[in-house]
Amino acid sequence: MSETAATNVHAGVLEEQFESLQTQHEARKLGMWIFLATEVMFFGGVFTCYTLYREMYLPGFEQGSHLLEVTWGALNTGVLILSSLTMALAVRSAQVGLRKLITIGLLLMTMLLGVAFLAIKFILEWHHDYVEHLVPGINFSYTGPYSAHVQLFFCFYFFLTGLHALHLIIGIGILAVLCVMAWRGRFSPQYYSSLEVAGLYWHFVDIIWIFLFPLLYLIGGR
Amino acid sequence: MQGQHIVPVRIYVTVFAALIALAALTTGLAYVHMGIWNTVVALAIAIAKMLLVALFFMHMRYDKGLTRVVIIAGLMWLTIMIVLTASDEFTRHWSPIPSNWGPAISMQQKQ
Repeated sequence: MSETAATNVHAGVLEEQFESLQTQHEARKLGMWIFLATEVMFFGGVFTCYTLYREMYLPGFEQGSHLLEVTWGALNTGVLILSSLTMALAVRSAQVGLRKLITIGLLLMTMLLGVAFLAIKFILEWHHDYVEHLVPGINFSYTGPYSAHVQLFFCFYFFLTGLHALHLIIGIGILAVLCVMAWRGRFSPQYYSSLEVAGLYWHFVDIIWIFLFPLLYLIGGR
Repeated sequence: MQGQHIVPVRIYVTVFAALIALAALTTGLAYVHMGIWNTVVALAIAIAKMLLVALFFMHMRYDKGLTRVVIIAGLMWLTIMIVLTASDEFTRHWSPIPSNWGPAISMQQKQ
């Protein structure tokens, strides 16, 4: 082990199995990407199911899709894209060694946008669906044609958006931990892999929504 | 840290603007009736947005071999799952069921 590596291990930033901070950084990123690859399959399974059932029960699924409010979905897309920008800038701020308050500010802004997304999703959309009696298993009572297929669409809708929201809640929790770490001065241009890795996760959750929005709200036209 | 690419703020903001523009475009196009093309266009725009996020925000553009292999492997598995499942499901009605196989329960009757 080189002298720098020994100092880094001593400083608590380098785990001793790694040769250098750079190898450690690459290893952590790779670990997150492997996890994200499993997440692709996790969401992909539901996406595949959705595709098949949509093909089987197309009229019902289109009807269900038309019961969703595009404005809220589009607004939420904008909110998440903006949160991805602030996240990327937060990682960059540590990378180039800006003051820790800038990193914390950008992280807080990202969290706030995440909370805004959830507020739009739960308070406006889900609540509206509940009032309209569109929640399968709780109060589904849509009586139009293909109502059974519309119900299946809403099962997918709540399952997919619920899973996505769960990921977002976990992401907000991770960012809260990072805020504390940043406050304690843990990050520097030499050591910011926790931020980078959390950023990968956050952007991945954004990508999931980038697909959910057209799949649930848009495809087939309005 | 050596070997870590620092992306200029200008690029991040440009990518953000492009993503917002694509989101607005896909929302607007949903109201134009194009038949099957509505779905094709919406998915194509989603894939373009995914690439922008992955390449720039997730730094894939600056990543080295191993990370790229993992990403491409992930997408490959997804493609295998979707393509193989769909190729079975969507082609079942292409050929008639031979009459000497006994009473047929086709997908349509089950529904």
